[in-house]
Amino acid sequence: MTQLPQTTARKLGLVIDLDTCVGCHACVISCKGWNTENYGAPLSDTDPYGADPSGTFLNRVHSYEVQPEQGTAQLIHFPKSCLHCEDAPCVTVCPTGASYKRVEDGIVLVNESDCIGCGLCAWACPYGAREMDAVEKVMKKCTLCVDRIYNENLPEVDREPACVRTCPSNARHFGDFADPDSNVSKLVAERGGIDLMPEQGTKPVNKYLPPRPKDTLSEGAGDIDILAPYLEPVAQEAKGFLGWLDKTLEKL
Amino acid sequence: MNQPKLDLSPKVSDEIRKTTCYMCACRCGINVHLKDGKVAYIEGNRDHPVNKGVLCAKGSAGIMQVNAPSRLQAPLKRVGPRGSGEFQEISWDEALNLATEWLEPIRKDDPSKLAFFTGRDQSQSFTSFWAQNFGTPNYAAHGGFCSVNMAAAGIYTMGGAFWEFGQPDWDHTKLFMLFGVAEDHDSNPIKMGIGKIKARGARVIGVNPIRTGYNAVADDWIGITPGTDGLFILSLIHCLMKAGKIDVDYLARYTNASCLVNGDEGSAEFGLLLRDDAGKELVMDRATGKLTPFDQKGVKPDLTATHEADGITHRTVMHHMADRYLSNDYAPEAVAERTGISARRIRAIANEIARVAFEEAFELDVEWTDFRGETHAKMQGRPVSFHSMRGISAHANGFQTCRALHVLQIILGSVEVPGGFRFKPPYPKPATVHPKPHCKVTPGAPLDGPHLGFVHGPDDLALKDDGSPARIDKAFTWENPMSAHGLMHMVISNAHAGDPYKIDTLFMYMANMSWNSSMNTGGVMEMLTDKDENGDYVIPRIIYSDAYSSEMVAYADLILPDTTYLERHDCISLLDRPICEADAAADAIRWPVIEPDRDVRGFQSVLCELGAKLNLPGFVNEDGSQKYADYGDYIVNHIRKPGIGPLAGFRGDGTKTGRGDVNPDQLDKYIENGGFFVEHIPEGANYYKPWNTAYQDWAVGMGLFDSPQPYLFSLYVEPMRKFQLAAEGHGDRQPPDHLRERIKATMDPLPIWYDPAPDNKVDDFPITALTQRPMAMYHSWGSQNAWLRQLHGHNPLYLPTKLMKENNLTDGDWAKVTSPHGETTVPVMEMAALNENTIWTWNAIGKRKGAWALDNDAPEATRGFLLNHLIHELLPPKGDGLRWANSDPITGQAAWFDLKVRLEKATAPNESQPVMQPIKSPVGQGPETLSWKVGK
Repeated sequence: MTQLPQTTARKLGLVIDLDTCVGCHACVISCKGWNTENYGAPLSDTDPYGADPSGTFLNRVHSYEVQPEQGTAQLIHFPKSCLHCEDAPCVTVCPTGASYKRVEDGIVLVNESDCIGCGLCAWACPYGAREMDAVEKVMKKCTLCVDRIYNENLPEVDREPACVRTCPSNARHFGDFADPDSNVSKLVAERGGIDLMPEQGTKPVNKYLPPRPKDTLSEGAGDIDILAPYLEPVAQEAKGFLGWLDKTLEKL
Repeated sequence: MNQPKLDLSPKVSDEIRKTTCYMCACRCGINVHLKDGKVAYIEGNRDHPVNKGVLCAKGSAGIMQVNAPSRLQAPLKRVGPRGSGEFQEISWDEALNLATEWLEPIRKDDPSKLAFFTGRDQSQSFTSFWAQNFGTPNYAAHGGFCSVNMAAAGIYTMGGAFWEFGQPDWDHTKLFMLFGVAEDHDSNPIKMGIGKIKARGARVIGVNPIRTGYNAVADDWIGITPGTDGLFILSLIHCLMKAGKIDVDYLARYTNASCLVNGDEGSAEFGLLLRDDAGKELVMDRATGKLTPFDQKGVKPDLTATHEADGITHRTVMHHMADRYLSNDYAPEAVAERTGISARRIRAIANEIARVAFEEAFELDVEWTDFRGETHAKMQGRPVSFHSMRGISAHANGFQTCRALHVLQIILGSVEVPGGFRFKPPYPKPATVHPKPHCKVTPGAPLDGPHLGFVHGPDDLALKDDGSPARIDKAFTWENPMSAHGLMHMVISNAHAGDPYKIDTLFMYMANMSWNSSMNTGGVMEMLTDKDENGDYVIPRIIYSDAYSSEMVAYADLILPDTTYLERHDCISLLDRPICEADAAADAIRWPVIEPDRDVRGFQSVLCELGAKLNLPGFVNEDGSQKYADYGDYIVNHIRKPGIGPLAGFRGDGTKTGRGDVNPDQLDKYIENGGFFVEHIPEGANYYKPWNTAYQDWAVGMGLFDSPQPYLFSLYVEPMRKFQLAAEGHGDRQPPDHLRERIKATMDPLPIWYDPAPDNKVDDFPITALTQRPMAMYHSWGSQNAWLRQLHGHNPLYLPTKLMKENNLTDGDWAKVTSPHGETTVPVMEMAALNENTIWTWNAIGKRKGAWALDNDAPEATRGFLLNHLIHELLPPKGDGLRWANSDPITGQAAWFDLKVRLEKATAPNESQPVMQPIKSPVGQGPETLSWKVGK
């Protein structure tokens, strides 16, 4: 019921490097801190010291174990927040126009004063990236820190989302995907960045860099020589070794 | 389109105050944004040397910590029985008078009746100064139950270890190898480093039974059998030596590989290094063919020399290493089964190390001059680096394992060179430059010197004249001679047993000893509450300081409530555990960016006042008045040596660095500078530090040393041989007979591997049980943190697929886990990326009901659990009546990771077992909802 813009001038979003994310949750809590204090209603927590603490988070890290047919199991840390889709079903489903995608930069936002808390957008989002705040009864979602990225009260270097600024392992990158020369476009090109669930047709702006192949050192068969060419013995026992050492010292 | 108009430049805050984080031990710089005087937001400080702007989950959750409902509100005096949590609030005057009343007679009569131990203390140079002035030998911090094996092995071997001592050369390294549980120490810098090297495609190898965190992003994961890292490393050394993939030039010049070992079997010096009359190690000079002190101008030490004298052949350390490590005992095939790593894989890893160290070697065009006066046109890079912490050190063979790792680094020539491992000032600093332990008690007077230090032989042990232990924790005794950080985990047990003697007052700070900081948690609770035949407590008095309502609070007689980290002064000092970088010396402060809203005081400030009340020499002026008004006053005005105080920056008139007079405006200068101070090491001085004349001169100028201290790395640790000699019967100070064989076997001056847990009955208990802290909670007191506990609110026991199947378990089932000491019944979850005979859980998530202002039905208290219940501080009795500590026999490091268990499926109980009775909360419970917005 709410229209998406035909195009946006810029396509701001995140690149998340799954090869580097160590699953530390720094982005989760930095986001919680900034967005509790800033845009719209605070991100509340119910039963914060009790049996079933449940708070609103705009960004969460999930961990998945992957067991390949051959080889060792792996653990993938997967941070997830709104992907600011070009064809965002959460916007078109909104009955009041509270959910919208900004024309100038493509950020998907909720205008909280128009949000009736019906929750349709959360149902429509295939990524589970929206959360209803239990106290304020309004829909909360990643704003890409719209109140940071243009904020003239912040030093220019800090005009990036809180999650990107804080990420210790530099697994999160922010930029304009409409610009092929931007840092994020280049990373996606170099590392084979992928869409999350492309079959949903949402055209997500955020991209993920896949983990590099793992556990390659011990793979392969063959002789020791082929496997370990740098381990050719200089001697079999101490005496021969000391002779080799002597010769090596002479050459220094 | 009808877009709302947004204010894209809202005001961020009224003011930013820059201080140092204390959500863990990492000590990042933080910007605390304030609105209306309240904390609105915390972010990393971009200028800070440790974190360069980034901040972890804990750091960002600090706002929930400074506002936690679990904060203690006022001093408390126990009114009910110990352990009940029944307290009465009292004034600070009453609290300090009570403490003085208890401590004054002890000091006058026998200061050793006070045991003062601090936990995750970051002010050890101050707290130890206080204890020294009190006169008790019984002081240490938590290093003994944390990672002393790593610290001590590093210092004895090469003058520093990992974390605070040094770091990989992140800018140049091409292969980074990480050993053991390590989602913890050096939290943000390791993440930053991994990010940096991965961005340029360098390889990360993780060696850890558990593939989480850093091991999850490692390019190669080695799921090693716990406790066998040393064997794996010695096999790598075997492969590299046999292939000649060692840095021969480096070994000859900078290590004691060229030093000659006394070969006279009948001598009391058998196995010691040959030295000249001045005590300098002797090497054979290849240039002259003569025996010469190692440090003489132009000397070219001969790695392969022998020296014949009086019919005896003395051989170099390198000879001894060749004899030992070329043996097929260390061949990959010989260790594969025990380590759980195939011989092929061990070779593949050794091959990769060799390839990167020697085929990808590079040089920096930087000239430098070594201590022998030789100028080198370039710096040789060896781009292989390592990191490790508790995972390999918290075993009973941890010291030798850590030693083995350092020997591996050194034979590659990858320490203090480009691309390798680099020290951070004030390290490198050899063991000989550190103090020795002191333990001479004089009633009414200070101790004769610093408590903790490095022993160099039996003469340095902390023994009384009758040979019994001088310290309550038996540090620096024959049971664990090189216990450089003390044995905090033995204090309560020994005090309760009166072994080696009874004490009067136990005084602790930030140490949750009745819960996750102790082995044998239930037993410790009994010891703390046990009464003698007269009905008096066996440990007569307990004083405790903490900021929060931790499990330990209930067991104290007097509580001195501390502030949170944003309400206090602290100094992260070069005298203590600094925050330096490989290229710079740095220190930092905390300062009260907000004022406490409760009747609490910074613990160090309380010690200033208590010290004055007790008339301790360091804490009173000549007229008997209080010397330091508070800790801030101490930080500025304390003089440790002429010109040297706790902070190195802005001394004198504000322009002096390292050495300089007291500057009354020093704290203001630090605050102006962002809460820290950095002094960069000049180019050309920043590698090869132990041997680099330019670095040594810079360090003297900074006040790190009083004179240049070049030294050789100790592949062979001679002090260990001195203990073996004593055990063989040499010398006046002799070990008790029951320890002779163990000393001979374990104190080998070249790294060895031995089974760390033979007493844990491997047949009955075939599974190793480990713990680690989640990144979002490591060292963070985090379970009461409203945001962090939503990330890790309970801790399943993770089981490998094989054990799940064998026991017919599925996720959510419960299992009974039994160790030689006890049992626990807990929920389980499958994890495939796990060593197949290892189970693990997150440590310190489990909380006791009534603590931390959590509800009694909080998952931390109902489904959370501690493995500590299964670990005893003593080994199972051997029938000799002796109390054998569950510790490394060399350093006394608590052997947390030697826990062996068996498990079976259990009927699901209502709660994790054992269930501890709730304690009464001195602070009540937290609110039902939070909507934390400070600004309007």
